[in-house]
Amino acid sequence: MRPCAKHVSLLLAAALVAALGLLLPSGGGAWAQDEEKPYQIKDGVVDWYTFSGFRRYHAECHVCHGPDGLGSSFAPALTETMKTMSYEDYLEIVVNGRENVGTTAQSKMPGFGENRNVMCFIDDIYAYLMARADGVLGRGRPKKEAKPAEAKERDEDCMS
Amino acid sequence: MKKVLSSACLVAAAAMLVPQAASANDELLVMQDNPAWYVMPTLDYANTRYSKLSQINADNVGDLQVAWTFSTGVLRGHEGAPLVIGDTMYVHTPFPNNVYALDLSADGRVKWKYEPKQDPDTIPVMCCDTVNRGVAYGDGKIILHQADTTVVALDANTGEVAWTVTNGDPKKGETGTSAPMVVKDKVIIGISGGEFGVRGSITAYNLADGKLAWRAYSMGPDSDTLMDPEKTTHLGKPVGKDSGITTWEGDQWKIGGGTTWGWYAYDPEADLIYYGTGNPSTWNPSQRPGDNRWSMTIFARDPDDGMAKWVYQMTPHDEWDYDGVNEMILVDMQVKGEDRKALVHFDRNGFGYTMDRLTGELLVAEKFDPAVNWATHVDMKTGRPQVVSKYSTSQNGEDVNTTGICPAALGTKDQQPAAFSPRTGLFYVPTNHVCMDYEPFRVSYTAGQPYVGATLSMYPAPGGDHLGNFIAWDADKGEIVWSNPEPFSVWSGALATAGDVVFYGTLEGYLKAVDAKTGRELYRFKTPSGIIGNVMTYVQGGKQYVAVLSGIGGWAGIGLAAGLTEDTAGLGAVGAYKALSNYTQLGGQLTVFTLPN
Repeated sequence: MRPCAKHVSLLLAAALVAALGLLLPSGGGAWAQDEEKPYQIKDGVVDWYTFSGFRRYHAECHVCHGPDGLGSSFAPALTETMKTMSYEDYLEIVVNGRENVGTTAQSKMPGFGENRNVMCFIDDIYAYLMARADGVLGRGRPKKEAKPAEAKERDEDCMS
Repeated sequence: MKKVLSSACLVAAAAMLVPQAASANDELLVMQDNPAWYVMPTLDYANTRYSKLSQINADNVGDLQVAWTFSTGVLRGHEGAPLVIGDTMYVHTPFPNNVYALDLSADGRVKWKYEPKQDPDTIPVMCCDTVNRGVAYGDGKIILHQADTTVVALDANTGEVAWTVTNGDPKKGETGTSAPMVVKDKVIIGISGGEFGVRGSITAYNLADGKLAWRAYSMGPDSDTLMDPEKTTHLGKPVGKDSGITTWEGDQWKIGGGTTWGWYAYDPEADLIYYGTGNPSTWNPSQRPGDNRWSMTIFARDPDDGMAKWVYQMTPHDEWDYDGVNEMILVDMQVKGEDRKALVHFDRNGFGYTMDRLTGELLVAEKFDPAVNWATHVDMKTGRPQVVSKYSTSQNGEDVNTTGICPAALGTKDQQPAAFSPRTGLFYVPTNHVCMDYEPFRVSYTAGQPYVGATLSMYPAPGGDHLGNFIAWDADKGEIVWSNPEPFSVWSGALATAGDVVFYGTLEGYLKAVDAKTGRELYRFKTPSGIIGNVMTYVQGGKQYVAVLSGIGGWAGIGLAAGLTEDTAGLGAVGAYKALSNYTQLGGQLTVFTLPN
């Protein structure tokens, strides 16, 4: 695999986030504040990036987390989890994975840090899940705006 | 108290019953004919799942009662069925793949338990729940195929490990879900991981010591696929040199899928094993131009050296995830007025195939759900499905959402095996009645990470108010004889018996018994969790028992647990479907039924 600038920087960012998390348990990094929403929805049409998140979610994540983020017998509903999860925690878990061990069932989420199909679209997936968690985006395939040139460029850069 | 017969006794018994018996493998040929036992996950080598028992029959099945139950201690999808040999029942579980030997003469007391230690890293590389489809028996050993691809031979009497061997590497996405099959002096083992870019293979290990005997890949050079360019045929024609590479672009075949996670069948007369291969990787067809041979293919191989005798690719260049792994049912029957050694196969792609199992000739290919629309028909000369452009995710291309494809990726039928009754001549098939939208897009490959490249949404077939059917099929005419609608996909393996009863389970958790001739329901009982296991039967102390594992999960549990997409307007009755979780919850239980005294 050829090095991918964004991919590496994301890994570093996540490591940094993890380190900061230790130093500043109260959280509240630059991302966490109530800034603009990560998604845009106008008249029921979502921005391309949120749509891209829908699409990648349903290729990489839904097998465990269920269609439309609704959860399954396998993993929690992200429409709920994302209501309280910070962007930093989201990044950390997606990059590194997590494990829950119990007496009747074990579950393990893999780390996706080396998977471009996830890491190239990690902000898109975040935007989609937040729109679902905020209750402003329904189930199923959203109507989307056309793919902007900069998104095409971004995808090609990151995926190749 | 009786004990499990030692292998020496069994061989001796086999020798008495079948004087011409030559080698230890004949043990299973004799044992499979004893209807009191249930010695292989498929009931018999022919995969008929037909029991000669008739104590429980169409007249009295309505009186069935629960005799005893057993909790497996694992709350995940429970596929497959336990084995019964003598007075011992062998019950397997999903990950962590525990095996219990239960003493049937002592109310199911645990004789021994085997609990493997497996790396939990295996869990996330299992595509569709941590299922396991059961253990196999041979030569006094219980063979377990673990999720992490470890194959373990356990002493059937004590549970002690006789040998172990590693079949694959979960770090590359290779996992184990399929049940082994013991053929002659070998154990046949498949591999899972088609959604992780695994190159599928089937492997034979020596039953005696676990040593690798041969491995046959689904794609690659002839030395890997164990094909003879001249002698191995596809619909009667030689396959040619390196046929497992020539229909691929570049090195894509190295991550080409074609995994082998379904069921295996064996014809001792022809001395051939039969199985099917899964989807080519990735799900984005534009990234793998060509027919992608030999994914989606029925294989007939020599069990001694693995060499392929014939192949038939059902879905060249798959564009819908229609894995070809479903069971091959071997039946001697009349097809179009001619006696045939037939192979009957209900494929994910919605076609029911009847073939000549000796030659690989295609005899019948008809839709076993009228909803199937991705192809008009199968061209009987070329064997190729005639794809409808509108439903071709390859022709429509990347980043285009192709809508209204039937069946969905789940297939008209998944791995849950069908049954055949020689008394009615009918096949009893658990089916899905679900359609989908499918949008492929570019993906990049990373070892051990999902390699999917498509997003799907699934919903009930148009006009219907149900997601499944349990059907009776005429494999000569290629016609449905009767069809029972089910609210959810039927994800449980069927059992037919000489009592003219057919059993199956439902996702809500019902064990159902229906009349083999008419499909009329004769009995139902709601078990603690949804059923994706296969119904089995045995005799203990002169009484016939019927048993099934409950435990919702598998692909059905994932796809349906949250309810289907409701906002696909115009397709199906919007809002008529309630989430499966309104009917059932996770579980892990064996329920055993019998008639009252």
